[in-house]
Amino acid sequence: MKARHSEPMIPQPFRVAKVQKETFDTFTLQLKSSKGNGVSHFSPGQFNMLYVFGVGEVPISISGDPSNGTLIHTTRVVGNVTKAMGKLKVGDVIGVRGPFGTPWPVENAKGKDVVIVTGGIGLAPLRPALYYFLKHRDEYGKIVLLYGARSKEDILYRRELEQWRARFDLEVHVTVDRGTGNWRGNVGVVTMLIPKAPFDAHNAVSLVCGPEIMMRFTVLELLKRGIPESKIFLSLERNMKCGIGHCGHCQFGPHFTCKDGPVFPYDQIKDLLEKREI
Amino acid sequence: MNSNLNANKDLHIVRREDLPQLFNILIKDGHQIVGPTLRDGAIVLDVLEGVAELPLGWTDEQDKARYRLVKRKDEALFGYSCGPQTWKKFLFPPDHILFKADKTRHGWRIDAGENAPPKFAFLGMRACDIHALTELDKVFIAGEYQDSAYLERRENIFIISINCSVVGNNCFCTSMGSGPGAASGYDLALTEIIDGDLHYYLIEVGSEKGEEVLGEIKHRTASQEEIRKGNELLTAAAQAISLKVDTEKLPKILKKSVEHPRWKEIASRCLTCGNCTMVCPTCFCSTVQDYTDLRGSQASRLRKWDSCFNIEYSYIHGGSVRYSSEARYRQWMMHKFASWIDQFGSFGCVGCGRCITWCPAGIDVTEELRFFCQNPLLDTTAKSA
Repeated sequence: MKARHSEPMIPQPFRVAKVQKETFDTFTLQLKSSKGNGVSHFSPGQFNMLYVFGVGEVPISISGDPSNGTLIHTTRVVGNVTKAMGKLKVGDVIGVRGPFGTPWPVENAKGKDVVIVTGGIGLAPLRPALYYFLKHRDEYGKIVLLYGARSKEDILYRRELEQWRARFDLEVHVTVDRGTGNWRGNVGVVTMLIPKAPFDAHNAVSLVCGPEIMMRFTVLELLKRGIPESKIFLSLERNMKCGIGHCGHCQFGPHFTCKDGPVFPYDQIKDLLEKREI
Repeated sequence: MNSNLNANKDLHIVRREDLPQLFNILIKDGHQIVGPTLRDGAIVLDVLEGVAELPLGWTDEQDKARYRLVKRKDEALFGYSCGPQTWKKFLFPPDHILFKADKTRHGWRIDAGENAPPKFAFLGMRACDIHALTELDKVFIAGEYQDSAYLERRENIFIISINCSVVGNNCFCTSMGSGPGAASGYDLALTEIIDGDLHYYLIEVGSEKGEEVLGEIKHRTASQEEIRKGNELLTAAAQAISLKVDTEKLPKILKKSVEHPRWKEIASRCLTCGNCTMVCPTCFCSTVQDYTDLRGSQASRLRKWDSCFNIEYSYIHGGSVRYSSEARYRQWMMHKFASWIDQFGSFGCVGCGRCITWCPAGIDVTEELRFFCQNPLLDTTAKSA
């Protein structure tokens, strides 16, 4: 019998333990349960519904280390709730419901090369997967991270990216849309990095998260390299009010993005992705 | 489809003048009786105290975008088809407080407590509405997560269904396999029979609880003649339904019709008002609204009915996913007749026809479905060449 959840719509109070500004419009919150019962276990790729007292609730992917007891969320300020969330200080209380949704296939990727392609804030839901891969580094083939940001000021987790790039067991390539100031790296869209990325397409799994248009073009490049459709995984974004498949908002064709997704294998959704306004 | 009374069950007769006993026993048993009553020129659903509040001697005339009450020549209590309201409003209230929260020195205190809901007795549910309830059960209680508010209300309902002897012009339950008679899901099923001076109810028992309640009411075993009369009414009702939809290939045809030009044509008539979703007995979408006092020390979170026709419904930062009205109409129709099957294993439509009656533009969903069936989009592989 499936596990039953009695009050899935009631947020649990968590306290802000640390606030970190990432870029001009993104920030990371470290949360600790007010009740001292830690965080419930989550899998890389899952999300929580975060509730700001009296303002509202939004789905935010979990971006911390799954093996670590702290709950970490990186958020971009795009609306009322995320704006209010950005004003929270250490010690403030925030409501948490979750974790919800399908995870990245980190177990099934064992023994294979892993190609992560992300754009903008899309790196946040992939960071837990990356932590997982690095913790179990020997169980995977090549690990490639391709990341695109608008400009060098928009690069998320910059210090960590630099550390990862310095490792011999990880291939990290970053590109920006606008090469401003003293940027000396790649300029252009992230899909440009795919043709030359070092991985064995016939034994690789690709994890993709970014704006939908970026994901569509990324898939085209990955397919050109020869990765099968069933080995490409995308994390989708839709309006969500409940996270448990009851409110209807996140429907994407027959799928409830909150519980059947957000991570989907490409072959399951490709027909829908090609259509407008699904 | 059920247009015959269950021959394997004992059928009973309760005379019209003994019907108040049903009210008495249910009220004595602690039930709040909800049923049809006349208000604002329509037959709506509300709490009833007695038989006198039922729409005695009234019927309705329904057509596309039309609903009128008309006097009947007899004193039937259930001689009409479905009205603008559905039973979901009692199980899945249009406004529901999820929780209230108070700011305290130590954070906040969340109060998710709710007064115990009434123990409902639904009197006069139609077969289509019982089917709708089983669909809502799939959404709210069959999955991994349960909606406790729905479950709490749903668990204790006593259902007295009415087999339809009067059908509306917009009914198409026979196509959706849900009526006009109820096959299951009730405690007691009534067929109202008026035969000259005789006015009685042919009763099928659907549960132990139903049997107990019937035991408290003056009744007798039905005669073969009375059963024949009941069957005649149901058969005539099924035959009177003229709206038809061929459901067999419908999901497949619709899934191939995502880019059909017909959506744009429908959208030129659709006002995206969402009436169809409000009157639909299976539409379950909801949104949440947050409230605070001016000092920001108290907050509450309400769940409210929402509609896929609202442009905010699909909003994510940057804009709404379904910004055009054709995409929103398509979402509604595809959900009812195609993706609901993937999600819950059945159609999301029970053929009650409310969406046809209450669409201010008179869009007839069956007409549109027939159009897609008769004008399927040809497979176009040209664009990938």
